Amino acid sequence: MKAKDYLTDQDVRWCPGCGDYSVLKQLTEVFEAIGADPDNTVLISGIGCSSRLPYYINTYGLHGLHGRAPAIATGVKLASPDADVWLVTGDGDALSIGGNHLIHLLRRNVNVPILLFNNEVYGLTKGQYSPTSQPGQHSRSSPLGSIDQALNPLTLAMGANASFIARSMDRSPAHLREMMIAAKAHHGSALLEIYQNCNVFNDGAFERFSNKQHTIDHTFHVEHGKPILIGKDQDKTLQLVQGQVEVIKLSPAGDLSQAWTHDIHDPIKAYALARMAGDLRPFGIIYQCERPVHEQEVHRAMAEQGQQSLEVILHAGRIWEV
Amino acid sequence: MPDSSHKIVILLAGDSGDGVQLLGSQLTQGAAQSGQDVRTLSDFPAEIRAPKGSIAGISGFQFQMASTAVHEPGGQADVLVVFNVAAYVKYRDQLKPGGILLASTDGFDKRSRALAKLAPDEDPLEEARVSFRTLECNFQTVTKEALKDMDLGIKAVSRAKNMVVLGALTWMYAFDYIMVREALANKFSGELAKVNDKAFMAGYYLGETAEWSAFKHVMPSHTLPKGTYRTLSGSQGIAMGLAAVAHQSQRELVFAGYPITPASDILHELVRQRSKGITTFQAEDEIASVTAAIGASFAGKMGVTASSGPGISLKAEGLGLAVMLELPLIVINVQRGGPSTGMPTKMEQSDLMQALHGRHGEAPMPVIAIKSASHAFDVMLMAAKYAMEAMTPVMVLSDAFIASSAEPWRIPDLSQLLQIRPTEADISRMPYERDAKGVRPWIPVGTPGGAHRLGGLEKQEGSGEVSYDADNHQALVQARQAKVMGIQSSYPELTLNLGSKSDDMLVIGWGSTYGSIHTATEQLRRQGHAVAHLHLVHIYPLHPDLDAVMAEFKQLVVVEMNQGQLVNVLRARCPKHMAFIGQTSGKPFDALSLTETLLNTMSS
Repeated sequence: MKAKDYLTDQDVRWCPGCGDYSVLKQLTEVFEAIGADPDNTVLISGIGCSSRLPYYINTYGLHGLHGRAPAIATGVKLASPDADVWLVTGDGDALSIGGNHLIHLLRRNVNVPILLFNNEVYGLTKGQYSPTSQPGQHSRSSPLGSIDQALNPLTLAMGANASFIARSMDRSPAHLREMMIAAKAHHGSALLEIYQNCNVFNDGAFERFSNKQHTIDHTFHVEHGKPILIGKDQDKTLQLVQGQVEVIKLSPAGDLSQAWTHDIHDPIKAYALARMAGDLRPFGIIYQCERPVHEQEVHRAMAEQGQQSLEVILHAGRIWEV
Repeated sequence: MPDSSHKIVILLAGDSGDGVQLLGSQLTQGAAQSGQDVRTLSDFPAEIRAPKGSIAGISGFQFQMASTAVHEPGGQADVLVVFNVAAYVKYRDQLKPGGILLASTDGFDKRSRALAKLAPDEDPLEEARVSFRTLECNFQTVTKEALKDMDLGIKAVSRAKNMVVLGALTWMYAFDYIMVREALANKFSGELAKVNDKAFMAGYYLGETAEWSAFKHVMPSHTLPKGTYRTLSGSQGIAMGLAAVAHQSQRELVFAGYPITPASDILHELVRQRSKGITTFQAEDEIASVTAAIGASFAGKMGVTASSGPGISLKAEGLGLAVMLELPLIVINVQRGGPSTGMPTKMEQSDLMQALHGRHGEAPMPVIAIKSASHAFDVMLMAAKYAMEAMTPVMVLSDAFIASSAEPWRIPDLSQLLQIRPTEADISRMPYERDAKGVRPWIPVGTPGGAHRLGGLEKQEGSGEVSYDADNHQALVQARQAKVMGIQSSYPELTLNLGSKSDDMLVIGWGSTYGSIHTATEQLRRQGHAVAHLHLVHIYPLHPDLDAVMAEFKQLVVVEMNQGQLVNVLRARCPKHMAFIGQTSGKPFDALSLTETLLNTMSS
């Protein structure tokens, strides 16, 4: 199937210029690339702009309740472990009203990729500050600037013992597709945070990470086994000093032996990278590990214990004849 | 012989750690296997181990046994067994004057009296000897003596005290001690099995040696229909009923729950029984458990969740979604005293209005009420039938009384179980294209060519795509209602539980009040009063013949454990005066006082 064949005939109702269009497009292209089977693919979403996505894709889909997509997805996977389930959610949906479900999905390691559209604002309810809004952010519910600390989805996921944590952006289509494919290939819960621009209520929130003029000073890409190099001249790297990440110059220049080599399996370094929530931020797969998948463990345990027939259950324990 | 000699009510009471519930369950099992009909009632504090010896920490277990059919655990006790003075103080008013008090005197010493906050010189046994026939025995000493060869600490000895009492009562009522012994051997293993057996036999011989023969009472056997029997609690009835659902529908089930008293036992039973085709899931909260069940139903399995009132409140948003998605779902509410945390271990029927209306929007949902432990089994099949055949969530009401009460139950013949025909995955129809009964197809994830999207937004009739069209919404609100009303066509006939249409007064109840109302009505009929009993199983939609039945009677009375919920539903349908008898004490109606109250209602 071609990417466009994965689209339904429904009119897409996001605002013109919304970053969601890019995510939808990349997802259909990823579906084409991996040959997704529409009969066995399920998109589960919560409530919010991003959560409308399942209506536009011609697979099985369930647009559920605000925040509850992880629980619904867990139910689908328990009933149908072989289904290819994707979770589609936003920052309010996954991190505010549904925060509890998200952390439990991650700790159980249910085998689903999670597309977390982070636009740092509530869009569908017309512009209130969200749990990922930056302190001081002006919004309809915080006209003088938000006083809340911003939640970092990546460190939250590390805390919940997630087995795959990555970040990408609506404006980096190739990278976004690559991350989606990696998340799908991962065996377990795969949290992919996608910086997504809400051009109506929080336009430019990620400008410094996406505008080509600035991006080189504010972003770096991590890849397993490769050195982390920063800056226009790729002459800087990172180092960990007393638990804090610092940017240092390679000296002598070009000496890669001093560079921080990214190891997706190192939880301490991954956590340090995930904590980078300032003007310089990592993109790519931050952390990945292999651990048992919830629904497989459930069915393995059931098979090991053996299942009893109704006849046996009814006659188990003390019975007597009259 | 007077009828009462064949009915005995025994109340056992002690510290939460005395093993009173275990003693009760083993004793009622022994009674049932020895040919008695039994009904039980557990009364435990919400705390796991309240301070030792305090009245707040006392746990009780009452049962009624009889050589004729019984329907409730009985009112005042004929026999009260107490492990300590606090238990005596808590329950002395529930022992009939002249009843038998079996007291473990080691629990009546100075220290125990102080723990029960009695005056140092107050010995309640003195007063007891006047009011009751007392049997006083230091069970601690008997247990210690029985286990002297076993090198046990004082705690281990104390823990076996309940087995001595079990032996003594097995002797007193001439139960088949071999069967009780066998049951213990099956339940325990290793050292503990030996300890319990020794203690049990010591108790069994105690009656002879202590010359309690005057208290011995051989119960005649109850003639039950032929068959294979077991005892069944309400929680077991639900769990086994769900196993039967998987068997009858040939659909697998996913049960998702979150710990809450008194519903948790359903999850425990399901995990223990390991039924073919049932996956269990302990979710992170009530909301996750209902939505995971909905996810499972979307994937083609039967989603089931259970909770108690406060948890049902949390699930309410999910129930609205299930109504909108038109997916099968079973929701079980094991009601308890409310509101809020209320009385978590006590019974109440105060969630009926919540079951009918506790959702947002026009969200009709069938509501079925369980009346007893064995009825729980049948109700689960009924609920699954409506859910899977009409593509609707179904609410099942149980309560704390039903959950833990036990009764002998004839194991049904599998060929006689209710037939369930789940809605088919008909992909020739659009996702929301209804059949003649107004039911949409159930197309599980993975069905080839069946890909479709569901959601909480209103749908276009037929296609199921999002629609905000005014006329379409009006039509779909009505279509969802009509579909639920359609289940009435598979209701069994409405029959009076006692009496006939020519009687004057009809007593209407629902749920766990069944036994008390039945017994009280029976008593009134025996006294020559023209009283009938109707117990409602279908709370929503009500049985289509109900109005006609109510019209036949001169007087109507509704009895329920709340401040008037079903009565208001019925008053809205029936122009006749309808009397109401309510109780919210956390205890079941005492059949004797209910008889009197009904009598007063009649003459007024």
